[in-house]
Amino acid sequence: MTTHRQPRLAARREALYAWAFVAPSLIGFLVFFAVPSVRGLLMSFTDWDLLRPAKFVGVANYVRLFGDADFRHALKVTAYYVLMNIPIQTMLALGLAVMMDKFSKSTVIRGILVLPWLLPNIVVALIWLWLLDPTMGFLNQIIMGLGFQRQPFLGSIDQAMPTIAAINIWRHAGYTAILIYAGLQTIPKELYEAAAIDGANERQMFFGITIPLLRPVLVFVLVTTIIGSFQIFDTIAITTKGGPVDATRVVYWYIYEYAFVRFKMGYATTISVALFAILITITFIQMRYFNANSSDLD
Amino acid sequence: MRSRINALAFALMVITSMLLVACGAKAPAAEPTKAPDAAAATEAPAATEAPAATAAPAAEAVTIRYGLWDGNQQPAYEACAAAFTKTNPNITVKVEQAGWGDYWNGVQTGMVSDTAPDVFTNHLAKYPEFASKQQLVDLKPFIDRDGVDTKQYLAGLADLWGRDGKTYGLPKDWDTIAVVYNQDMLDKAGVTVDELNSAEWNAKDGGSFGQIIKKLTLDSNGKNALDKAFDKTKVVQYGFIPGGGGGAYGQTQWSHWAVSNGFKFNDGLYATKYYYDDPKLAETIQWYANLNLVDGVAPALADIKSLGANALFTGGKGALTTDGSWMIGAYTKDTKFKVGFARLPKGPEGRKSMFNGLADSIWVGSKHQEESWQWLKFASSPACENIVGSYGVVFPAIQSGVDAALAAYKAKGLDVSAFTAQATEANGTFLFPVTDHASEIGPIMDALMDSIMLGQKTAAAGLKEGNDQVNALFK
Repeated sequence: MTTHRQPRLAARREALYAWAFVAPSLIGFLVFFAVPSVRGLLMSFTDWDLLRPAKFVGVANYVRLFGDADFRHALKVTAYYVLMNIPIQTMLALGLAVMMDKFSKSTVIRGILVLPWLLPNIVVALIWLWLLDPTMGFLNQIIMGLGFQRQPFLGSIDQAMPTIAAINIWRHAGYTAILIYAGLQTIPKELYEAAAIDGANERQMFFGITIPLLRPVLVFVLVTTIIGSFQIFDTIAITTKGGPVDATRVVYWYIYEYAFVRFKMGYATTISVALFAILITITFIQMRYFNANSSDLD
Repeated sequence: MRSRINALAFALMVITSMLLVACGAKAPAAEPTKAPDAAAATEAPAATEAPAATAAPAAEAVTIRYGLWDGNQQPAYEACAAAFTKTNPNITVKVEQAGWGDYWNGVQTGMVSDTAPDVFTNHLAKYPEFASKQQLVDLKPFIDRDGVDTKQYLAGLADLWGRDGKTYGLPKDWDTIAVVYNQDMLDKAGVTVDELNSAEWNAKDGGSFGQIIKKLTLDSNGKNALDKAFDKTKVVQYGFIPGGGGGAYGQTQWSHWAVSNGFKFNDGLYATKYYYDDPKLAETIQWYANLNLVDGVAPALADIKSLGANALFTGGKGALTTDGSWMIGAYTKDTKFKVGFARLPKGPEGRKSMFNGLADSIWVGSKHQEESWQWLKFASSPACENIVGSYGVVFPAIQSGVDAALAAYKAKGLDVSAFTAQATEANGTFLFPVTDHASEIGPIMDALMDSIMLGQKTAAAGLKEGNDQVNALFK
């Protein structure tokens, strides 16, 4: 009899422990994520203006969203940024990681690489804002010193977004490289030795061994950086505020503008819900397409 | 796979919730200094019932938070606050200052999270929205009870703050626009101040003012813009520094040009239709944009946006600009050359400046509305406005304060008559266009004006588009 009850008791106790360990993050999740998300969803069906009580307006906000040319423009601008930011940043990071792996395991170099990432975003944006200033900026002094025309950078419709992308590549490439570098350490060295014995060259080894075995890490890096990239906000808030005109009015800035400049909190949450749907779709496709959960090492 | 997806769903939820958390959890950050709970007894007595005599001596100690955005005025209002506390020992006024952008963010989020200042400096572009959202205390009952004479303020200022029989602010100061010039550059080009003061302007070719601008623009070969050999790609000194696109009102940027050309924004207080598609505005704005785009006598919008017209001017990049009277200090303090203020040029309809005024309002969420009113009444009275005037940073809304300000400017060796002459000239001013939907008109017109300044759109096409969008808000 007792032998029967023992394992059940133990199992129950184990479950209790499990809940105890999960509780802190579960409570945090409920309070800070789940409840606000549901509230946000509800808010998107209202005309809340922050100060007066909200009125239910049905799907009016969503109807408006579908006809909103500015929203489409914001999506386009955001996509433009992501497409500039992610490929260059990832390739740069991959190159840096492979070089670190090959030539130097020095923690000092790794430390230097993540340094830009350690700076607060606001500081990074401010530093570059000053360096890139059209009239007084250090970079323009160099450009003029070399005999070229000074450039408006953040002040020009054509250059603003590439400039912001460059700033964020500078900030994140090192950190991304460290992530990939950690992934590289999991690839068994014997594989490279075996390939070398078989007469494979560096290029073949890189594309035949490194990339396939790095896939789960690369997918993780891509998923997180793409989400982060869609969330571009602080650099823009400091440097261009969505301008010049609407050249850098990305979705996040658009949401902010509706919520805190125009006081249309209902419509602002509608845009956030749409962004949420877009991001979850993109992520799902990525996970499916790259088969992220299985490793070729198994 | 499952757990990874869950983790991602979780991560994605973070994104949407961030926004919500951000707007819902501001409360503890800036807890106002509250008097002890016992003060509840003095809380907001219905204004009409409270006789003037009970304006609370011997009451509980109360701290009133007072918000303003102009850092130059902070010492003046701190002096006022000290004088106020001397006669009202139970009320302390804490002056809180933040720059324009942060100030309004703070006031707005403060209203939501119950931490807005009790009394705050209000702006004509902002107050109608606060009033319509029931965030401002109607001052009319207080004014009637205490017999405040609203005629003591300069003409028209008090009227701007009322709607439907209610009053949302008492005037504290006013401002006009004038031309700011760099004396050294004028001297080198042989342009006299008299020439500048008597200049005429039109939207076709800029008139004699346009000629002065050209004369004051120099390229790296020392040729001015009137010279055939002038190279507009190598300008070292601009004749004119525009204040930027100017957005919906162009207060310091283009409103004076446009109105002196016969343009009007709308049909007056709380109008429901704007006339941004007026060809008179279009030709004005095109002239204004072409200073850079065609003539090369003004810096590009990118340069202006990065530093601001004021910094470009005090940095010696250009000879002339237009700006408001509240900026006098910013142009003259620590500037390496002599700066002067000249009259706006005479346009086809004469000289016209926007006449804008600020006022103090009481937030409806204030726990100490009676004390807030006492402070507001004092701040808009001759006693305080004379103190503010004596600091010489702004023109108070009462004539005696203006006189104090003029004396203070004179003591600093500044001739600011260009601003005051504009204000007193018959038909020399027009009022700030006060309407609903200002917070939405702003972003629409900001982007459009910038696109015109950058040459992306012609003024006629851009303004037509803007006008349609703006007027659609009123439907």
